[in-house]
Amino acid sequence: MTQTGTTITRAAGLLSAALLGTSLLTAADSAAQQDAPQVPPAAPALEWDPNDPRIGLGAGWMDAESAISGLEHLAAIPRPEGFFNPSTPADGRFSNTDLAFQGSRLIQGNYNGFQIFDISDPADPMLELSVVCPGGQGDVSIYGDLIVMSAQETRGRLDCGIEGVADSISAERMRGVRIFHGSDMANPVQVAAVQSCRGSHTHTIVTDPDDSENIYVYIQGTSSVRPAGELAGCVGAEPEEDENTALFRIEVVRVPLANPAAAEIVNMPRIFADEQGNIAGLWQGGDHGPGTQSSRRTNQCHDITAYPAMGLAGGACSGNGILLDITDPENPRRMGEVSDPNFAYWHSATFNNDGDVVVFTDEWGGGSAPRCRATDPATWGANAIFRIGEGGRMELAGYYKLPVPQTDTENCVAHNGSIIPVPGRDIMAQAWYQGGVSLMDFTDPENPFEIAFFDRGPLSVESLFTGGYWSVYWFNGRLYGAEISRGIDVFRLTPSEHLSEAEIRAAESVMMDEFNAQLQPHVQWAPSVDVAQAYLDQMVRANRILNDRAQQIQRVLNGGSSMQMTTLAGQLEADATAIRAGELGGDAERMEKLADVLRGLAMQ
Amino acid sequence: MAFTPSHHVMNDFTRPSVGMALVACLTACAGSSTSSAADVAAGPRIVQPGAPGQSGRTFSAEELAEVEGVSYTEADVRFMQGMIPHHAQALEMTALVRQHATTDAVRQMALRMEISQRDEIQLMSTWLRERGEPVEMPGMGMGHAGHMMPGMLSPEQMDNLRNARGVEFDRLFLEYMIQHHEGAIVMVAELFNSSGAAQESTVFKFAEDVDADQTMEIERMQAVLQTLR
Repeated sequence: MTQTGTTITRAAGLLSAALLGTSLLTAADSAAQQDAPQVPPAAPALEWDPNDPRIGLGAGWMDAESAISGLEHLAAIPRPEGFFNPSTPADGRFSNTDLAFQGSRLIQGNYNGFQIFDISDPADPMLELSVVCPGGQGDVSIYGDLIVMSAQETRGRLDCGIEGVADSISAERMRGVRIFHGSDMANPVQVAAVQSCRGSHTHTIVTDPDDSENIYVYIQGTSSVRPAGELAGCVGAEPEEDENTALFRIEVVRVPLANPAAAEIVNMPRIFADEQGNIAGLWQGGDHGPGTQSSRRTNQCHDITAYPAMGLAGGACSGNGILLDITDPENPRRMGEVSDPNFAYWHSATFNNDGDVVVFTDEWGGGSAPRCRATDPATWGANAIFRIGEGGRMELAGYYKLPVPQTDTENCVAHNGSIIPVPGRDIMAQAWYQGGVSLMDFTDPENPFEIAFFDRGPLSVESLFTGGYWSVYWFNGRLYGAEISRGIDVFRLTPSEHLSEAEIRAAESVMMDEFNAQLQPHVQWAPSVDVAQAYLDQMVRANRILNDRAQQIQRVLNGGSSMQMTTLAGQLEADATAIRAGELGGDAERMEKLADVLRGLAMQ
Repeated sequence: MAFTPSHHVMNDFTRPSVGMALVACLTACAGSSTSSAADVAAGPRIVQPGAPGQSGRTFSAEELAEVEGVSYTEADVRFMQGMIPHHAQALEMTALVRQHATTDAVRQMALRMEISQRDEIQLMSTWLRERGEPVEMPGMGMGHAGHMMPGMLSPEQMDNLRNARGVEFDRLFLEYMIQHHEGAIVMVAELFNSSGAAQESTVFKFAEDVDADQTMEIERMQAVLQTLR
């Protein structure tokens, strides 16, 4: 069942014959096969369980085989009318993209606009409204009455028309961020269209805890710079030729909440500048030595994740991962940066809840290429996990890649995800395009591992159609996956050796009004028996608590009095002190957390 | 075997039966309740907002299906058809590298180009075949394609490269590949300047990728070339 180099070569041969149907490329293609990519000496090879059920799944668009572990699949909602092409799964005009959440609503972005679903019953999402407004990528965010959407393609129109813009210079073209207002979301009105030179590939809502009157939107433009004839001031030249270049910056939009129509760009910070003021101050492009990956030049951010509770943002910026101080959102300031010899293109960032670890993803191959094959290195197209130290200094801890090979016809690489709020652990649900959904435990950043997954077979065994999961996010107790060509999938966690019932209940108890993955919320767990039980389960699972003590805690959790809880809390705090003093083995941090929860429970 | 045979191969997507399968799924696969199926049948609201300050409009699903969206143009097809032999020649060039290159930097670069250009040839072929367009430009075989696409090596240049040895090979490879890449960038610029072209998302993304990738590779090749002079 394991794939070998022979299998890969054979598949490639079939592909070239089937695809080209002519002798046009036979010579060049077979020559290329002989030089088929080998794992570079510096990067480790992928390892996997040969019995993994994800290997060998049957292909299909809406009827592919699937494999699942640690999850229950609650719903699969195909893309609605007007948002797919019945003749092919891979019409890029209709790709599903990012997700945003508010109350009982899910917003599904799409290259053709967005849809609003009612998720009052997560197992039965109901389409409420489709909004036609093409422009790609169509990444969406929601804040109060406002929906923000990215537009980057040259076909995007100010009036949301689907006919495109034929002229290479046109006043009708829209590339930037659109802002829609809708008090009940039944009839969203476009109140602002903020034009930018490179358009908006992604965007990030940033809030200022001290300013309730405005929000900020960071525009991440990654496309070509449009001509100044279309948008005044746009310069596509390199910085040596023109210091006003629209490269090497992000745009900061201020949105007055009382008058969102007045949204405008208020800053275009040069966040890659070095101390000498050279705006191209970070990674210059190219590899990092023999056998290493070639990283793109840092002249853009692909995505930024803001964590206002920490005053931090993580920027995934082409050739670098950067940390920004966003305590003044209008003037983000770079605190630190890292490069990585395994990263081709820094794509997105996700913090752990404590804000002392950040996961960066590498979108090697751009998302439309197969980069999870058996022959692809385990550290390329993967997650890199960094500890955040004093002053924003980042230190590499470990890598995580989808731990099972995918076929040649499945585009696959690390993509978007979010934190599952299990107290005491750092767990991220993540999309890997046609590699499916993978849940990564990175509580120990040096040793991340998979705790659950869902995967479907390829869209096709003959051709690579771009598809699979764009995003997988946790919201109010469920996981929602945005599938590019198959629609929305909803999952719930199920208990396993890696996750207890109490840990799941504790995660499911965390409720939020809104969720945008790029505006990371700080989770605080109210004291509950489930939260306490989760900490206990973790210590027992890791064999880091004495049996007697564990049994004692369990008895109290099963119905102890307030007095017993308070007494136990005192004992656990004493344990923690002894552990820290080296007099006792165990997990001082969880002991203390458990003691805190017990004290909280005792007061209820 | 790693793959189970599937009836759902690519050609099936153009057959009505698959469209039917999707419709069936719209009504049958949408969760456990039948109410979402009923909603789809009744047609949830579809709106198109207007430009800022202007009112929008409402569609029925049938009306929306009749509106022509952006489509591909002749220029898009020519771009895809032309870029395939362009990329194929790059693979011919990189195939010589294993035998003849003397520096690791050139080998590494060639390997990367090979991976990305092979993937892109597949993408272009799939794009053309899905739309029923010929993969080959009409009236153009492998042997004649050379002079038609900007930056492609002439037969004489290919011979020079085949016969070059030692550092001379590395130098010539880089010079020719820079010329070759610059041609691809010209092709992208021509595409974007063609009325109505690159409006389709796949074409837009691909053209942007070619532009970004090859611009970066030219910079890297120029840097390596400096060290060989």
